[in-house]
Amino acid sequence: MTPSTASRAVPGRAPAGPSRGARQERRLGLLLCAPAVVVMLAVTAYPIGYAVYLSLQRYDLRFPEQAHWVGLANYGAVLSSPYWWQALGVTVLITVVSVAVELVLGLALALVMHRTVFGRGTVRTAVLVPYGIVTVVAAYSWQYAWTPGTGYLAALLPEGSAPLTEQWPAIGLIILAEVWKTTPFMALLLLAGLALVPDETVRAAMVDGASFGQRLRLVILPLMKPAILVALLFRTLDAFRIFDNIYVLTGGSNGTASVSILGYDNLFTALNLGIGSAISVLIFLCVALIALVFVKLFGAAAPGAEPEQR
Amino acid sequence: MPRVPSLRSRWASALAGLAVLAPALTGCGSSGQSGAVTLDWYNFPDDSGALQQAADRCGQQSGGRYTIRYNKLPRGADGQRQQLVRRMAAHDTGVDILGLDVTWPAEFAEAGWIREWTGAMRDRGTADTLDAAVRTATWHGRLYAVPYNSNTQLLWYRDDLVPTPPKTWAEMIAMADDLARAGKPHYVEIQGAQYEGLTVWFNTLVTSAGGSILTPDAQAPSLGAPAVAAATVMHDLATSAAADPSLPNQMEDQNRLAMESGTAAFELNYPFVYPSMKANRPELFPHFRWAPYPAVTPDRPATVTIGGIDLAVGAYSRHADLAFEATLCLRDRDNQLTNALKGGLPPSLRSLYQAAELTRDYPFAADVLAALDTASIRPQTPAYQNVSIAVSHTLSPPADIRPEKDVADLHGQIQDALGSKGLIP
Repeated sequence: MTPSTASRAVPGRAPAGPSRGARQERRLGLLLCAPAVVVMLAVTAYPIGYAVYLSLQRYDLRFPEQAHWVGLANYGAVLSSPYWWQALGVTVLITVVSVAVELVLGLALALVMHRTVFGRGTVRTAVLVPYGIVTVVAAYSWQYAWTPGTGYLAALLPEGSAPLTEQWPAIGLIILAEVWKTTPFMALLLLAGLALVPDETVRAAMVDGASFGQRLRLVILPLMKPAILVALLFRTLDAFRIFDNIYVLTGGSNGTASVSILGYDNLFTALNLGIGSAISVLIFLCVALIALVFVKLFGAAAPGAEPEQR
Repeated sequence: MPRVPSLRSRWASALAGLAVLAPALTGCGSSGQSGAVTLDWYNFPDDSGALQQAADRCGQQSGGRYTIRYNKLPRGADGQRQQLVRRMAAHDTGVDILGLDVTWPAEFAEAGWIREWTGAMRDRGTADTLDAAVRTATWHGRLYAVPYNSNTQLLWYRDDLVPTPPKTWAEMIAMADDLARAGKPHYVEIQGAQYEGLTVWFNTLVTSAGGSILTPDAQAPSLGAPAVAAATVMHDLATSAAADPSLPNQMEDQNRLAMESGTAAFELNYPFVYPSMKANRPELFPHFRWAPYPAVTPDRPATVTIGGIDLAVGAYSRHADLAFEATLCLRDRDNQLTNALKGGLPPSLRSLYQAAELTRDYPFAADVLAALDTASIRPQTPAYQNVSIAVSHTLSPPADIRPEKDVADLHGQIQDALGSKGLIP
């Protein structure tokens, strides 16, 4: 039982305040949470706080003694740099396109998995295989497949074309790799949502003469909305932080760098901890903004929260 | 809200991991009073066995005072530098000897991560050594590393297609045009991908045209007319019939493969292509010839960029005296000869280029030595990585170069890079 349900149950019985038993239960709940909170603070809050601290300094890893405060200058440098805006544009493009395609494909796969009667296990396993493959391994196989001379897919293209070396084809292939890899995840989340749709409701709509399109649009999707929003939220956050696919496929060259690649290059190659941390913090803010928009505007329920009143 | 790991947190955990590991590593690094000290040598991964053999041999020759453990760094140069930088930034006492790419000593010396070579050690480390190689290891007039292997590019060509090798880039492009019109293999193979190899190409061309990327004090970009001439050559090649369609994606190994596949007539590359051609295409091998790197202007021979590895002693090493001695052993005549014969890497000792063992397998040894004697070095600055990235990003892809404008752009970008200002792409 979580502390919130415990305290919510209380007011009905004792309007003057929580009873002694409830207070003790609440204290026990907090106590039980404490280790998790401490671990979260140590592994999440501390690095984030330290990144913010570093982002306010001119700090080169090679010359730690020359570090000094520069206020918001690093943010100014990042936000006034065309590289940041280019990377942000690429990231947003990859996020929007890949998540949209994944939603459509994922929904189709979820419907297939939901309705399959024969070989249900086989179908689900087959759909899940791409998700089970390590991203870097999958990315390498895509990279080899699209490299002229070694790849079977590159061999299908006209002689002399090397799609991974040009900006738009490369971004397209990154999106393809991303969609191939994470559509099963989307399908799984949507399948869970489909299970929430009561069969009787759908059958009732059928009896009323609703076509498949009408049933999907007017019955199934509205009932699935919470699951769809959670799936979209998860995938958007993941897609926005895309790193491994790009790192393997193009290394971020030819205008295919995402914001994460940009941050990595500035931290690890340029050893510029100040600028790199500023980029990281900005990525963090973008991700927080995405989550906020989903939760506040679309009403996506945070995982584990109370279900909405119907 | 779900946990959102930032890049920063990955970095922090990596450092934390290092901090935890460092004492453990040194713990087994030195085996205490009894027996030999173990020196940790970090160098590029070598598959030929030459480096391991050198490490073993030096351990035996030390008379039980030390043994050398050869730790293989990642394959890519960026990965090697990242690992060394992280170790040194964490003051790792377990790094005794570092194999540095010739572009890194300035950075490591300025950061205080490697020790200066002085006195007798300095004299022993530079005796009989190629001048350009010693210059790569020198920073502000002090020696911070000693050259291990060296490397440079030659012009490789097929004498069944090209009877006399071209002297200049213009001649070579014209020859390729003629071959193309005759319907024969005609590509010029060179490193055109957006990476360090493109910077090497540009540096060779700029210095061959009589200029340099940075001013002599390395405080500002120099560039100017020679840089425009260099960018023009790159653009001319990329837009001519001589350009391989995958030029903007090509690195050294793709060049080698294209030459071996028979589609190319010329190749600008390192000597490793020679044994490879012999093994892979014995029917083409008799026609596979070499010549000096083509010049930019007829009156001035090319100055080819020097490559290779310099060995340095870590600033936090607990056994620096032994490490200096071991480094000299690793680069001695015998070990360099093994490295050249087994690993295929040109030595940094001048006298080895006349050794019969070497010239038997490397008939082009005299040409490599001539190229190394007039070699140019890449810009020497602690901010070299940033300068190189500015160059390779501005001039990629080569077909889209607008010489005047791109060199002007590059000027500003290098200025920012030298000041560690702004972002790198």
